[in-house]
Amino acid sequence: MMQAMFGIAVGAAAVGAQQAPAGPVGTVVGQVVAGDSREPLIGPQILIVGSFLADRALFAARGSEALQVRVTGHQYWWRIEYRDPATGRWIETANELHLPQGRTARVALGSADVIHSFWVPNVAGKIDMVPGRRNLIDLTPRRLGWFRGQCSEYCGTQHAHMAFDVKVDSPPAFDAWLAAQARPASPAPDPIAAQGASVFAGPCAACHAVRGTDAGGRAGPDLTHFASRRSIAAGTLPMTRGNVQAWIAQPQALKPGVPMPAVPLSPKDADAVAHYLATLR
Amino acid sequence: MTPDPALEDQISRTWGDPPGLWGFIATVDHKRIAARYIVTALLLMFLAGMLALDMRWQLTVPENTRMTPQLYNESFSLHGSTMLYLVSVPVMEAMAFWLVPLMLGARNMAFPRLGAFSYWLYLGGVLTLWIAHAMDITPDLGWFEYPPLAGPAYSPGHRADIWAQMITFTEVAALCASVNVAATILKMRPPGMTLARMPVFLWAMLIASIMTILSMPAIMLVTSMLISDRLVSTHFFSPGAGGDVILFQHLFWFFGHPEVYIIFIPATGFVSSIVETFSRRRLFGHSVLVLSIISIGALAFGLWVHHMFAVGLPRLGNDFYTAASMAIALPAGLQIFCWIATIWSGRPRFDTPMLWVIAFVLTFVIGGLSGIMTASAALDLQLTDTYFIVAHFHYVLVGGALFPLFGAFCYWYPKATGRMMSERWGKIALVGIVGGFNLGFFPMHLLGLMGMPRRVYTYPTGMGWDTLNQIATAGSVISVLGGLIFVANAVVSYWRGAPSGADPWQGSTLEWASASPAPPWNFTYTPVVHSLTPMWDESRPLPVMEGLASDHREVLITSVTDAAPLYRQKSTSPSIWPIVAAVAVTIMFIASIFTPWAVPLGSVLIGAALTGWFWPLRPRAKQGPLGRGA
Repeated sequence: MMQAMFGIAVGAAAVGAQQAPAGPVGTVVGQVVAGDSREPLIGPQILIVGSFLADRALFAARGSEALQVRVTGHQYWWRIEYRDPATGRWIETANELHLPQGRTARVALGSADVIHSFWVPNVAGKIDMVPGRRNLIDLTPRRLGWFRGQCSEYCGTQHAHMAFDVKVDSPPAFDAWLAAQARPASPAPDPIAAQGASVFAGPCAACHAVRGTDAGGRAGPDLTHFASRRSIAAGTLPMTRGNVQAWIAQPQALKPGVPMPAVPLSPKDADAVAHYLATLR
Repeated sequence: MTPDPALEDQISRTWGDPPGLWGFIATVDHKRIAARYIVTALLLMFLAGMLALDMRWQLTVPENTRMTPQLYNESFSLHGSTMLYLVSVPVMEAMAFWLVPLMLGARNMAFPRLGAFSYWLYLGGVLTLWIAHAMDITPDLGWFEYPPLAGPAYSPGHRADIWAQMITFTEVAALCASVNVAATILKMRPPGMTLARMPVFLWAMLIASIMTILSMPAIMLVTSMLISDRLVSTHFFSPGAGGDVILFQHLFWFFGHPEVYIIFIPATGFVSSIVETFSRRRLFGHSVLVLSIISIGALAFGLWVHHMFAVGLPRLGNDFYTAASMAIALPAGLQIFCWIATIWSGRPRFDTPMLWVIAFVLTFVIGGLSGIMTASAALDLQLTDTYFIVAHFHYVLVGGALFPLFGAFCYWYPKATGRMMSERWGKIALVGIVGGFNLGFFPMHLLGLMGMPRRVYTYPTGMGWDTLNQIATAGSVISVLGGLIFVANAVVSYWRGAPSGADPWQGSTLEWASASPAPPWNFTYTPVVHSLTPMWDESRPLPVMEGLASDHREVLITSVTDAAPLYRQKSTSPSIWPIVAAVAVTIMFIASIFTPWAVPLGSVLIGAALTGWFWPLRPRAKQGPLGRGA
């Protein structure tokens, strides 16, 4: 639809440009001035009606069986929650949005702090996330694959690094993914992971939650299935063990201005936390 | 009239400024004030251009860490705020200050001291923003400062206050300037210049002034609400306490959209003047041009929501604003057709000012077409807040307003200095600026369509945006080099340019009847006008009226519609009070960033200054008939 609108606009522009030099220009202006010619008025009218119809189509209601999703903007990350169709429970994740191909997801957009804007260019246009208001957008992705979403309303220092990954799955793959996300964390039962979990329960758990453990902080992203994601720090870095460890050691160097502080951990503890997080699949 | 040396001597003693620093501070000569405005604005344009170059350099490669995000955010905030509040609007007012009395055959503005006050207050706003920048309290929230990001919770410190108070400065200055220009155009036209015989330039300045008077209060209100949220904990924009952040956007854009036309409409005045003179025929469709300007001025107040299509307002309402936004293409298109028809049917000469007009038409039409695309509510959801919008508004504002301004600068430069600018270097500068601009900004349309958002200090590798960003940077470098050539040409020509004489271009309107550079009193006798193009139609010497005093400052007041002489009005002499009042207002505005007590205490200070200003000295007006000259 967007491509169609763009085509209409460019086409009308081309027609207008062709009309301009045709015939004595004075005659054209004279006709316009005297109202003899309706041609100059037709172009805008077509565009206005076309725009109206496109807008209607984009925002048409798509039935009640839509998948319910909540996305909440935070300085500089995304809280993402799915309503479990079976239990009605909300399943929380962050910074990675999975969508089923061909099914409509109704996304309710909100903000916890300042105005952000939710935009996945390959899937739909953007809608702002306004504190104190709730906006809805229906997403019906047609193509499988990974896409990039990003904040498109200036929201502070790290607006540039407020992105998220979008994965469009086939419906069965999506259902499996959602079922996996619904489960509590299952860290590996090795001693280093256990040590990492106990370190994590200290400073990290103040802001981050890992369901199934005592870590229940709400200020930062939920890390229950952290290692299943493709990137870290809201699309800033690819998910690698080295990046995770660097991020824990120096978040302000990698994303200056991010609210996450550098927590002073011994190299051994930091290594253990990174290992623990890598097991949260 | 034959020149009368004794009379000229007396008038020059009456209208001359005192020498030295005192004369510099106290002058109420509209030309000196306007020249200061223009020089200040051009200097700021240079600084803002340097910021732009810095940002372009940063975006040349992905994942660049040359600038910190804080520095980048400050740079685009300062660039946008400077260009929109401190350059574009004031420089258009300055052109009005400089040209309106000359084009009216008048000796000064309607309110000479208010003109001086406008400049000093504007300078206060300039210094507030840029001294704050030197002290590292630069605003870092864009040129719009949406709450709640600009609210006390998310922007502690004084960066946001500096921005909000700078707005108050420049808008008070703009309101004063607009009242001055509108009153001058309506009440000081020369005998015979009825509304129907008023050049398009004056219509443009009149409409832009009225638009300023109607739109500026909205932004002063909204920035004052923001300051009171920050200073005395009101909750206009705190959703948690029942406030609404969207209210800010409505009020901001109720000003913000008309502002675009406040910048653009004066430019249509420049274009009309240049096209008429260099086509050597009367403007085709004078009435159509005037009516187009009026309808653009009216429509401009019904478009603001097209900046807010992604906010989540009711869709049907958005579609209404789509229709209104597309409707503005009609009067804008009519104007373009009228200028083309004038050139087509005239005997055009292609000197530098005319080439700037042609560059304007080509560039502005591209900006208008991308404007029609963004006007569609459905399409805008993809385009808004991307580089497509950056490209669009630079095409409209640089192509639509700055190119005509540069043309106007070349066109009226001989009138201001008595010397011609170099045509050769003028053309080289034009090629550099226009070519570099298009090379720099056209790729941004594509970047926007490829999904590159605005206001990001860097972008990831592998997005496919690298090459286009590099082309854009190269274009901006070329454009800045062209700008430096333009400035060098203006500076060198000031001393080395060929003497121009009073009327080097055979212009059509009255400013060319005055000497170059115009003396402090502009015209010894008041011209009498019988057509739209008096310099082409009247016999030589021009028909004039005498009767204005030469031993004290006097101007002629005429009726609004028919320009029939009504009475002679005393015009003020150099005065210290405008700068005193401006300093008092500056103290209040800056202190009110820190304490609410600044408002009552500062009001006392301003009251004292205004008491001095309005202290009655002499009778204001003299009744009586005017002698009629040969």
